[in-house]
Amino acid sequence: MSGVRLLVGTRKGAFILTSDGKRERWDITGPHFAGWETYHLKGSPADPNRLYASQSTGWFGQLIQRSNDGGKTWEPVGNKFVYEGVPGTHMWYDGTPHPWKFARVWHLEPSLTDPDTVYAGVEDAALFRSTDAGQNWEELPGLRGHGSGPSWHPGAGGMCLHTIILDPTHRNRMFVAISAAGAFRSDDAGETWKPINRGLKSEGIPNPNAEVGHCVHRIAMHKSRPEVLFMQKHWDVMRSNDAGDTWQEVSGNLPTDFGFPIDVHAHEPETIYVVPIKSDSEHFPLDGKLRVYRSKSGGNEWEPLTKGLPQKDCYVNVLRDAMAVDSLDSCGIYFGTTGGQVYASADAGDNWAPIVRDLPAVLSVEAQTLQ
Amino acid sequence: MIRVLLPAHLKTLARVTGEVRVDVPGEPTVVSVLDAIEASYPMLQGTIRDHVTQERRPFVRFFACEEDYSLEPPDTPLPNAVAQGTEPFLIVGAMAGG
Repeated sequence: MSGVRLLVGTRKGAFILTSDGKRERWDITGPHFAGWETYHLKGSPADPNRLYASQSTGWFGQLIQRSNDGGKTWEPVGNKFVYEGVPGTHMWYDGTPHPWKFARVWHLEPSLTDPDTVYAGVEDAALFRSTDAGQNWEELPGLRGHGSGPSWHPGAGGMCLHTIILDPTHRNRMFVAISAAGAFRSDDAGETWKPINRGLKSEGIPNPNAEVGHCVHRIAMHKSRPEVLFMQKHWDVMRSNDAGDTWQEVSGNLPTDFGFPIDVHAHEPETIYVVPIKSDSEHFPLDGKLRVYRSKSGGNEWEPLTKGLPQKDCYVNVLRDAMAVDSLDSCGIYFGTTGGQVYASADAGDNWAPIVRDLPAVLSVEAQTLQ
Repeated sequence: MIRVLLPAHLKTLARVTGEVRVDVPGEPTVVSVLDAIEASYPMLQGTIRDHVTQERRPFVRFFACEEDYSLEPPDTPLPNAVAQGTEPFLIVGAMAGG
């Protein structure tokens, strides 16, 4: 029987939420790694029981945990993230050079085909890969070394590589996004990279149309059409039809185009979702109303989805990795909030209900569709 | 046999309760005790000190016989009471944050 498993990372541990295909009743386990920040968990597309989790604290640093049984048990694996060669410097907030220094793993992206291969996006921004199920990690140095690295700046949350997308059609193609450097693409399995930020406009930087320096918050792709990318930038929702070579704004009638997550319907490549947030200085929904916005036209024309979501006095945020979709026939969509709620819709966003209300602040949500 | 008291999170990670005991050849020092702990409990590598620089993590402190060894050179000998196992070597997570 089909079902869904949600992997929820929070400020104080990880939780696993499971349901059958109806998605009405949920079992909750956790906290796993209690007391530790869990920035992200993700399962292998090639083996759904193989999970990876990023666990960290300011006291004891970074750990990577691996499960081979769908999250019932975990074991710590390699946590040694060392930059290749001399790390060099990037720009600090005040514009001075600052040594590259590892802080934490923001995002884990398992290979589409090999459960033992997994990528890690880290702060300070770099991309690492393990080919032995997380025991050992090696940087893919072509990203930081492609030329613009010394000019990258951190965003307010740190200089993090938070998005990794593996192209299911072009097996050597991958995309990453960094706050606040921008989006990058590799066409040779991560050996070399190029910035793909043409068309982005960021008023807060010296050259609004610069090749790098944009605070990209999240990128999403539909697996059936990997040349089309959707982006939630600091401000602006963007779309690319040419694998990131050029971008066009598709914010359209959104009440505010600031936000963090963006995702695509599992079966409708032109149906996308965002959660508008009031502004970069007020990280909560406009007017205290928590609304997911859906576009069925790939952007520009948006409709608010409100049924079951709080429409007054709601001042939570939804972080960049905290939205996910399942691939059941009726697409399920999920998101977690900084207030500890995880909301679910089993009908593509028309109706919502909380699965759980009182978790620690939610950092990430991933959905696994189980057969 | 050196007795070592780990902070709660590291006990959970190492899957131990109470004190841990490690063999340290020769005169025990901060670094030799840490080497022994990491050899016995590899999952603690990187959590007490940096993998590469071997520097103590900023929010971790070392105590023995009511003395703070956190800022001492890593090869500083530990007190006889620790060497003889009558007092533990304490690895402490700083009280900070929420």
